Amino acid sequence: MSEPILSVKDLRKSFGGVRAVDGVSLDVQPRETVALIGPNGAGKTTFYNMISGRMKPTAGSVRFQDQDITGLPPHTISRLGISRSFQINNVFTELSARQNVEVALTALHRKHFSMFRPASRNRAIQEEADAVLERLGLRHLSDTRAGVLSYGDKRLLEIAIVLATRPSLVLLDEPTAGMTPEETRHVTQLIKSLAASGDYTFLITEHDMHVVFDLADRILVMHRGRRLAEGTPEEIKADPEVRQAYLGEEEVA
Amino acid sequence: MPALLVVLLAALAALPYFAPYFYIFVATEILIMGLFAASFNLIFGYTGMLSFGHAAFFGMGAYACALLLLHFEVSLLTAILGAMLASTLLAAAIGFLSVRLGEVYFAMLTLAFGMMVYAVAHQWRSLTNGSDGITGFRLTEFGLGLDLQLFNPAVYYHVVLVVVVLASLVLYLITRSSFGLMLRAISENPERVAFCGVNERRHRLVAFIIAGLFAGLAGALFAPFNRVASPDMVHWTQSAEPVLMTILGGAGYFLGPFFGAAMFVLLETWITSFTEHWMLLLGIALALLVMFFRRGVLGTLLDKVTGR
Repeated sequence: MSEPILSVKDLRKSFGGVRAVDGVSLDVQPRETVALIGPNGAGKTTFYNMISGRMKPTAGSVRFQDQDITGLPPHTISRLGISRSFQINNVFTELSARQNVEVALTALHRKHFSMFRPASRNRAIQEEADAVLERLGLRHLSDTRAGVLSYGDKRLLEIAIVLATRPSLVLLDEPTAGMTPEETRHVTQLIKSLAASGDYTFLITEHDMHVVFDLADRILVMHRGRRLAEGTPEEIKADPEVRQAYLGEEEVA
Repeated sequence: MPALLVVLLAALAALPYFAPYFYIFVATEILIMGLFAASFNLIFGYTGMLSFGHAAFFGMGAYACALLLLHFEVSLLTAILGAMLASTLLAAAIGFLSVRLGEVYFAMLTLAFGMMVYAVAHQWRSLTNGSDGITGFRLTEFGLGLDLQLFNPAVYYHVVLVVVVLASLVLYLITRSSFGLMLRAISENPERVAFCGVNERRHRLVAFIIAGLFAGLAGALFAPFNRVASPDMVHWTQSAEPVLMTILGGAGYFLGPFFGAAMFVLLETWITSFTEHWMLLLGIALALLVMFFRRGVLGTLLDKVTGR
């Protein structure tokens, strides 16, 4: 097995006396898709927040591509190649769909201090914006203000922004939350094709078990801030402890 | 729209030839206050930071310009450039300490720093001449070898018009640039911008400094116009004016603050001419305009035209 792209060791986060994440370790291999599951309040989002720099861990370490990134600010972590999406839509509603993508591309091309030249005049940025919007099936909505896009299109735009930063590790926080079954299928197919392209490593949280078992190479189950189990989808399905604590009555065939 | 702008600029250029003498002064003040408000709107409308201390940079520009003219008898252009430098440095210092804080705290901190600058202007008598302000400086030449009769109000008006138009053009280009796009994104969601790999706090600081620079330019034009640099130009009520003008005109459009400045100065001029209770009437007029034109007068009208 090759060197892990992401290596989390004994990560902890306490809020007052509450241990939201209580000593979780995880290694992610390059080009792997790992799903992080667990009931609400299991600590998944806090775990994400610490990896992406939104929160500083109380203890533990995060290494990315052989570099210690524990406690670095979000913009530094993003530049190193980790990009995340958000559980709630977090697009720039006053900007057009294309401008949303341009924000990320401007940062990628280090043009964010360019004072007198608009991003719309930068050919490299425009070509990449076209490509990303095309890939997400949003090309025809380029000039639409993001605020008036449908819920599903906003979720797609969220992913477009993430991809535009050209990350090697992508953290998706419930990418299909609130989507119609058809939109969910579309996003699942999209993530599958991106994973198959070999350019990305995915860490995904998701409540929809069909999506999880469809996408994940490996699953980490969290429960009350701790690691409950880890393994292939088959192993997780068969794990009695997981069934009891989390999957419960849910059908996992 | 560009055609309309050309007509407006032509009318402004020709104003001294057809308007009553008094309106040359009114128009000069509108242009200067418009630039002041537009500089404020770079951080307010475009970046989402409400500063209550913007007069600190306006006042710094006025004082620096007056002091340079008084003690060193430099050309107006040199004085203006020196004033812009002074305001930029002050904005860098205040900005560095302020932009790290979120909304309400940022507003309060800029207000506090504005009051400190006022206290210095008011009490450092040996430098600033206290509440009397700096007077008696002479406008000898403009610079660049131009032979301009700067004491002639019509000539000074034309100087202000050219400087304000050029400065506005630079500000406009900045709002349309990649940097400007980042600012608009930051105004909506600074955290999302950070997750795109951008140090958003540094962007807010740079925007704050640029705004201070142009406010300093406005102040540097204002002192020779009034023949004085006085503490009321740094007072916190002076900081409220660009806020009012911008909201009145519309923060969502580049020309909104200029439009608001024109309405503000004209209302003030007309109301003071027939009553001494002008503050009350001005307040009522402003309240009504803000209530019925939610995105500013120009903003609401343009929204109607563009069907937004």
